[in-house]
Amino acid sequence: MEPTSTRTEMIPERRAPDLRRGAVGWLRANLFNTPLNGAVTVVTAALLAWLLWPALQWAVLQADWIGNSREACSGEGACWVFISARFESIVYGFYPEAERWRVDLVFLLMAVLVAWLAIPRLPAKRWVGLFALVGFPMVAFFLLVGGSFGLEHVPTRDWGGLMLTLTIATVGIVGSLPIGVVLALGRRSKMPLVRGFCVVFIEFWRGVPLITVLFMASVMLPLFVPTQVEFDKLLRALVGIMLFWSAYMAEVVRGGLQAIPRGQEEAAKALGMGYWQRMALIVLPQALKLVIPGIVNTFIALFKDTSLVLIIGLFDLLAIIRAGLTDSDWLGFATEGYVFAALVFWVFCFSMSRYSQYIERRLHTGHRN
Amino acid sequence: MNQANAAQADSPMIEIAGLNKWYGDFHVLRDIDLTVARGERIVICGPSGSGKSTLIRCINHLEEHQEGRIVVNGMPMTRDVKRIEQIRRNVGMVFQHFNLFPHLSVLDNCCISQTWVQKKPRAEAERTSMEILERVQIADQARKYPGQLSGGQQQRVAIARALCMQPEVMLFDEPTSALDPEMIKEVLDVMVELAREGMTMLCVTHEMGFAKTVADRVIFMDQGQIIEQAPPEQFFNHPQSERTQLFLSQILGH
Amino acid sequence: MLRSSSRERGPLWRDPTFRALLVQGILLLALGAFIAMVVSNTLANLEARGITTGFGFLQERAGFSIPQTLIDYSGDSTYARTFVVGLLNTLLVSAMGIVAATLIGFAVGIARLSPNWLLARLATAYVEIFRNIPLLVQILFWYFAVLQALPSPRDSLSLFEVIFLNVRGVVLPDPQPLAGFAATPWALLVAVLATWGLVRFAKRRQAETGRPLPVFRLGALLLIGLPFATFLVTGMPLEWSIPTLKGFNFQGGVTVLPELIALWLALSIYTASFIAEIVRSGIQSVPQGQVEAAKALSLPAGIILRKVVIPQAMRVIVPQLTSQHLNLIKNSSLATAIGYPDLVAVFSGTALNQTGQAIEIVAMTMAVYLLINLVVSALMNLYNARTLLKER
Repeated sequence: MEPTSTRTEMIPERRAPDLRRGAVGWLRANLFNTPLNGAVTVVTAALLAWLLWPALQWAVLQADWIGNSREACSGEGACWVFISARFESIVYGFYPEAERWRVDLVFLLMAVLVAWLAIPRLPAKRWVGLFALVGFPMVAFFLLVGGSFGLEHVPTRDWGGLMLTLTIATVGIVGSLPIGVVLALGRRSKMPLVRGFCVVFIEFWRGVPLITVLFMASVMLPLFVPTQVEFDKLLRALVGIMLFWSAYMAEVVRGGLQAIPRGQEEAAKALGMGYWQRMALIVLPQALKLVIPGIVNTFIALFKDTSLVLIIGLFDLLAIIRAGLTDSDWLGFATEGYVFAALVFWVFCFSMSRYSQYIERRLHTGHRN
Repeated sequence: MNQANAAQADSPMIEIAGLNKWYGDFHVLRDIDLTVARGERIVICGPSGSGKSTLIRCINHLEEHQEGRIVVNGMPMTRDVKRIEQIRRNVGMVFQHFNLFPHLSVLDNCCISQTWVQKKPRAEAERTSMEILERVQIADQARKYPGQLSGGQQQRVAIARALCMQPEVMLFDEPTSALDPEMIKEVLDVMVELAREGMTMLCVTHEMGFAKTVADRVIFMDQGQIIEQAPPEQFFNHPQSERTQLFLSQILGH
Repeated sequence: MLRSSSRERGPLWRDPTFRALLVQGILLLALGAFIAMVVSNTLANLEARGITTGFGFLQERAGFSIPQTLIDYSGDSTYARTFVVGLLNTLLVSAMGIVAATLIGFAVGIARLSPNWLLARLATAYVEIFRNIPLLVQILFWYFAVLQALPSPRDSLSLFEVIFLNVRGVVLPDPQPLAGFAATPWALLVAVLATWGLVRFAKRRQAETGRPLPVFRLGALLLIGLPFATFLVTGMPLEWSIPTLKGFNFQGGVTVLPELIALWLALSIYTASFIAEIVRSGIQSVPQGQVEAAKALSLPAGIILRKVVIPQAMRVIVPQLTSQHLNLIKNSSLATAIGYPDLVAVFSGTALNQTGQAIEIVAMTMAVYLLINLVVSALMNLYNARTLLKER
């Protein structure tokens, strides 16, 4: 082209000339674009085949699925009969068979609440959330514990399995979130004594392993209450778990509080609001919405750590399966047992982490608009 | 090197012929032909998405093109890493968002290429850097970190950093678009000064005042192609293409 | 103008200063009352159960043995020594876990960013699988489903007839130094010092002449070559005690407990999945523009990585990495589920059951973890202060 020129006709769009199209093109672009990458692909594929094929054979192709006793196990692959034979106790623990409808009802209610809160389109989030935090625990308590409204009393030592795991997780989150909010506010307080107390409280729980907290709850808590008071074992564990996770929750909430511009609080002050009004109406709703992913992540960690109650002798999902492994009729099914436990926990945690990522994306786009 | 330079002395600084580039299926550069003479100052303008940034990013191979030929300072662009590095040594670039290294001081930002590419002793590298920082009038900030400077100061440091390699061509990719209005002038002043010293320059910018004062040629791009090119006087007073007229009325209109 | 003393005051209970004092006073009172109640209840309970308080028990004979001790220990040792043995075992598995988790985590995190689709997907699958399964399940899996399913010592799996794997653990050859071996560690020390000197010399030389030295290659040569040469010159004064099967068990060699292996595997694999995410996001946090600017300066790929990407990524990675290391140390307390003799298992477990001194023992155990936490956090704050980006 000459230094001075004008184009009169536009050049039409053309298709790219390269070969990165179709299956072959895709392979070439993503797996074999350089010799090194080709070698990496081959090694990775070989490793994958070496790991996956035997695993698939064991878990599915040669596995035994049908039956209700040990005789059904051929011994070639996994014997899932071990799980199906004790499926009831894995879900309900030792809860009396005649009363299990109560557990089912709580499960159902919980599923509806979770679905309602998780699906952004559904209305009245605030009221459903409030019910989930306050009403649902009370309903669940009366249903599961019984002893009133004509329901038979079921002591907590009969609770177990998935039902206990979910109970601990739910109480943990419902309890630790409000305590965490209060601690987070306290840590940002201008009163030195309040702030100091909150800092020490938070850093203490974050500095020790949960297992020592559970030990403390099981051996030290009974010493702290008057001699004649009977302190339920499950309740003790729940207290420990709530205190422990409230510290983590506080740090998550504090992150949200720090992200709210100072102007928001100043504007609320200018409108004549008092401290609690400012927090409850202006700052916290924004901060909590911002840290939903963090709260869900904490909840995932809490959910995984419910399995630790096994060590202080409660029969959660994992402990029930482990107890099944010591059954003399069913020795040698450790792999099946732990793989199944892993699968159950994984399904719960993975879906929660996916949900948290989804919310995070939604929040990001929300900010841009 | 000297022999090569002598041979290149009468070749054009940059030769682009039949350049085509796609992002996936999007045809972003279409049949670009462009020759830049030594010492020539070119301003490229056009609506956003017209491919003007992509074009200059192809010159130092920050973007890979699929068709066509690029020759810089007599060296044809290939996919050979050594060749690409060799070409980049002759081509300085200034970015819209400065892209200074925040963990290095201003002085270290200027020394890094001298130390690791030109393998200069530290003292010499620092001397060169200070001279160039002096030229962009920011030598007093040499010990500070980029985060401590204003946007205009950062962009001047970025220009100095590129100059420290003693490049033959400078590419400017919208150097003033991210700046507050009061800082644009200090950066443009440095660029005008650079043009006066005879540096070959390709600037993607919408600063039409700058184009009028220093450009030898103004290029208007749209839909990945060069629509019109002309000396500034002709370009601004008698634009030939309808698209150019429309574009000029939009950016000069208010 | 009004002077501050003449400012009108409202009623006392609406004065902010007074309110703050009141709230803090109530907090103090409540806290005091709570502590007093707990102390009096505890004292009453302890008296009712006939448990003495205080740390005198530490000097008493523990009377139980521990399967893995890094220092001399027997049933006649005191509880204080039990504490130390447990602590050392905790530190051992933590150190092993931190090294392995960091290596795996970096490898997987970098693999997630690989341009190779298959490798990147495999790394993603690793992260998504292992971070969503409770650590305790993984520990129990490795211990009961894998290691306990290994054959008895007589049918051990062997690697070149030198390393043996069986239900009682891994039996490794045990190096026995002979006279003259001491020269090799000294040579290693000299090599370390020489490498340090080399790095400094190379830096100075580059500053003066501009020419860099191949420090990495020279340093590696020094660090490996010098001790190895010394070892050869002194006549290879090392004898390997190769494990051999005698009857039902192995003699010679050194046995690594299956509990240690299971715990180490689970801790490393689990923590690595978190570290991988940290490494990935750390590297991704370096803006693309930084790499482009470095390329435009014609810096070669290796220098871009070393001087531009890594220093900036590390700023993001190191604090989170440290917190994962702290998590790993805390998580090593799950040892108690499979009976690896760590601090919690031998001290908060066995020792507590024998003495009943719950308060002292749980407090001592918690104090250890708190102390580790405090020290590491303090170091981290120092690091953060040093690498803080200078801004306006």
